[in-house]
Amino acid sequence: MLLEVNDLNVFYGAIHALQGVSFTLDEGEVVTLIGANGAGKSTTLRTISGLLRSRTGYVRFRGQDISTMPAEQIVRLGISQVPEGRKIFAPLTVRENLDMGAYTRTDGTEIQASMQRVFASFPRLKERINQLGGTLSGGEQQMLAMGRALMSRPKLLLLDEPSMGLSPILTEEIFRIIKEINSQGTTILLVEQNALMALSVANRAYVLETGSIVLQGSAAEVRDNPQVRNAYLGVG
Amino acid sequence: MQKANSTQRSLPAVRTSGARLAWIGRGFLIILALMALIVLVRNFINNPLLFAQIVISGLQLGFVYALIALGYTMVYGIVRLINFAHGDVFMAGAFVSYFAVTRFQLHVWPTLIDPNLPPIVITVVGSITVILLSMAVCALLAVTIERVAYKPLRNAPRIAALITAIGVSFFIEYFGALNFVFSPRFIPYQRPFEVVTWYIRDGIHLVIDGKAPPDGSITFSNIAIIIMVVSILMQLSLQFLVRRTRIGKAMRATAFDKQAAQLMGINVDRIISITFALGAALAGLGGVLYAIAYPSINTLLGVLPGLKAFVAAVMGGIGSIPGAFIGALIMGQAESLTAGYISTPMRDAIAFTILIVVLLVRPTGIFGEPEKEKA
Repeated sequence: MLLEVNDLNVFYGAIHALQGVSFTLDEGEVVTLIGANGAGKSTTLRTISGLLRSRTGYVRFRGQDISTMPAEQIVRLGISQVPEGRKIFAPLTVRENLDMGAYTRTDGTEIQASMQRVFASFPRLKERINQLGGTLSGGEQQMLAMGRALMSRPKLLLLDEPSMGLSPILTEEIFRIIKEINSQGTTILLVEQNALMALSVANRAYVLETGSIVLQGSAAEVRDNPQVRNAYLGVG
Repeated sequence: MQKANSTQRSLPAVRTSGARLAWIGRGFLIILALMALIVLVRNFINNPLLFAQIVISGLQLGFVYALIALGYTMVYGIVRLINFAHGDVFMAGAFVSYFAVTRFQLHVWPTLIDPNLPPIVITVVGSITVILLSMAVCALLAVTIERVAYKPLRNAPRIAALITAIGVSFFIEYFGALNFVFSPRFIPYQRPFEVVTWYIRDGIHLVIDGKAPPDGSITFSNIAIIIMVVSILMQLSLQFLVRRTRIGKAMRATAFDKQAAQLMGINVDRIISITFALGAALAGLGGVLYAIAYPSINTLLGVLPGLKAFVAAVMGGIGSIPGAFIGALIMGQAESLTAGYISTPMRDAIAFTILIVVLLVRPTGIFGEPEKEKA
């Protein structure tokens, strides 16, 4: 088991955002968390990354408890997040943004190799290498955010709403790259509002509703569940 | 129909009266600026030598303010805090060098290794040691202040941290005023090296102690040159650090978005500490140079230079490193020209007049951009 999330209870002040969330990820999988706005998907990712703390339970990564670890150390262990809204460093160039993604690494030449790999997946970034992050389009920013997250060579990639604000064509493109990243050996935990898209690339899925997991199963099972079809896939 | 028309017309009317008021203010400022310019030009024509002398002393001040202002602007850039204790760190720098020189003779330590070293080597090595020690102590002091006073308030409203900064400033000043610390008196400062003055008149000549330089000459000193050179070097190295190095990029990333920086594996606390330490080291360096140039030190030494450097940082656009530098040079000239042509006590008032004018006319400063709301 690569990641084991057990009984998370996270609060924003008085709001009980996660109410006993538990799930697991195996190496090599693509797992998706789907659910409505405010269901707790982003909160789950932020807790795994160490930006938020759970009052109970634990997060174990390759058997090691990371629930009290500072965020920067979790990155070093091999968990990288593409945050919601991309969070590109607008005043830094594309290259500098990628450099920041490799901040935990000190192997200079290897970093250059990683950057070339990122450019192979996202040729658009190479064209814009000296442009400021803030001047990129939404799709390019998403690519930069993903490239930046890959620069730390993560074992587990957390993707928070990668399709947000993107055109259907760009969304297709992003999801094609997600599959590609996974086929190269990176495990992926994908949070999406676009459930149909997410289920098309995922092996397994968990459905979150107001802070609890209400349904889980293989992507096909979840896709065929009548309630899910009704609530998230927009088909009757 | 007519009614609708009249209301439509009244709206622009209100706007014009507001615009007219703004123009009165702007016109007033332009008249003031023109008057100042006329005074300056007339004085320059009447006595260009005196004018040059005043500009030189303004440069000396401005380059010291630049060293302080860099710390204000860097810290603001990364934690959005006006660190009012920064001027007191500057004061601490002066006092550390005072103790190092007067109590511990650190400025002549190379004689312990070999008393026959050439005096120039002893002076240079000794003085640099004193300066580095002051910078290190100031860095440590600022990191401690940040850990103890500001870090617990990082998620508190900004005003809480600001008031704390003022409190820390007063604490350092009046703790320093205790008799067993620095005492409240003015203390004559023993320089780690002698200040040598030259005058320019038909070539460059040394000013001999006790003899006034001849009329119609411009004087300048080694400390003025050192201040300018060191300040420019520091400015350039800081630019290099922030633009080119891994730490500098991490500082800019942290300044822009702390959580995103954490997701990159950047230890945000460490980056903030480094920022405070760098700013404080520059202030400490400024403190030593300032004490060498104006050799009488006191626990309130940092108050006015600190405030003026703060005005300089605001004028340049707080958060901008080149802005702080330019702002500081303008402040130095404004102060020196005021002292020279209007009156000496006015030199402090002019700083705050400039602050008010900047806040009225261009609150974001020369290089500043309006703060963007982050989603």
